[in-house]
Amino acid sequence: MANTDQLIICEHCDCVYEKVTLVEHQKTLCTCCGAVLQRHNRLTVEQRLALTCAALMLWIFANVYPVMTISLKGIKNSATLWDSVLALSHGPITFIALVAAIAMIIAPIFQLLLLIWVLGFALSHQRSPGFKFCMRWLEALRPWSMLEVCFLGAMVAVIKLAGFLHVLPGIGLFALAVLSLVVIRIAGRDIRELWDIL
Amino acid sequence: MNMPPAASDLNLCLCHSCSMTCDMTDNPHECERCGAPLHRRKTNSLARTWAFMFTALAFYVPANLLPVMNTKMLGNGADSTIMSGVLEFWAAGAWDIALIIFIASIAVPGIKFVALTFLLMSVHRSSLWASKERSQLYRFVEVIGYWSMLDVIVVALVAALVKFNALADIEPRAGILFFGLVVVFTMLAAMSFDPRLIWDEKRENPQNEEVMDEVASH
Repeated sequence: MANTDQLIICEHCDCVYEKVTLVEHQKTLCTCCGAVLQRHNRLTVEQRLALTCAALMLWIFANVYPVMTISLKGIKNSATLWDSVLALSHGPITFIALVAAIAMIIAPIFQLLLLIWVLGFALSHQRSPGFKFCMRWLEALRPWSMLEVCFLGAMVAVIKLAGFLHVLPGIGLFALAVLSLVVIRIAGRDIRELWDIL
Repeated sequence: MNMPPAASDLNLCLCHSCSMTCDMTDNPHECERCGAPLHRRKTNSLARTWAFMFTALAFYVPANLLPVMNTKMLGNGADSTIMSGVLEFWAAGAWDIALIIFIASIAVPGIKFVALTFLLMSVHRSSLWASKERSQLYRFVEVIGYWSMLDVIVVALVAALVKFNALADIEPRAGILFFGLVVVFTMLAAMSFDPRLIWDEKRENPQNEEVMDEVASH
């Protein structure tokens, strides 16, 4: 039997394959269930780290600046992501504020901080302290980080309010748009490759 | 169809956290590389998926019946549910936004309930039918899962923004809590379902498939 390092198992149907080396734009599919087995990774550690630092800046922008400002008869109101979490926290529905905070703010920032920590050490070809812990948390956080949903939600809110108020999209909204795209790129499943290269 | 060898036949197991192929000869409980717990199949997958799904289904009723927000204009308050929000947009001519909200808030959870029930029933009945398509259906359920959070975020932002004291004021209502719980529990249900169960029956009785095919062709 081949060395187990050279084998890959389909997570959707348990089929076993030998790993292959891919070139750009290639991916391998399971012949049995059609799931993606391997995908070519186009990002080097340096590129991924650079994008993560950019994403951290965007996260700060998205959280410090208001997502949008509205005005009614001369009175202006603006809200940041945190304000919208607070708006949910009043009364008996506080729990949903926690879910929203995790999905929009907490999970993404933890993903970014863990990535910077792990990739910073990966630059000098070593595993960071707590590497196992960080990598497992990156896996656990991924499904709960919902920036792209958050961005679409903000867009729907803009259109919803534009019907009867004057709405001005803020810096936070633009930062959120770019941030959601960058996070999809850098925090995907392909970070598992770090296990193989370090 | 000729299937590649199964990990369980080769005494191998996939680590769900780091994708390592683990040798199960010594029955390790944890992945030697990342330390995540190893199981050949997700523990109690069917029972857990049913439990999470019924919980979500129970919350789906108040999520749709209770108001999700209250809009106060010049002292006159009006509650709105998710469906009334969709209808309002539709009536105002914004059919595209109405469609986005309808798909994210009502269709997606509905599709997830139907798809998961179908997947669970077919595994219970040890069905051999359309395994590949059922695997694809599972992946689809996983992908659409979190888009239902959309409405929670819309209500949060709108409620945070529209605070003009007596002129206009929007507040979230209990419906949104139940709605968020539906999303969380359907996500947990999808995560606890083990798609490998779809293929297990086929592996155990490979000759059955031909019999089934013959039956189907008659």
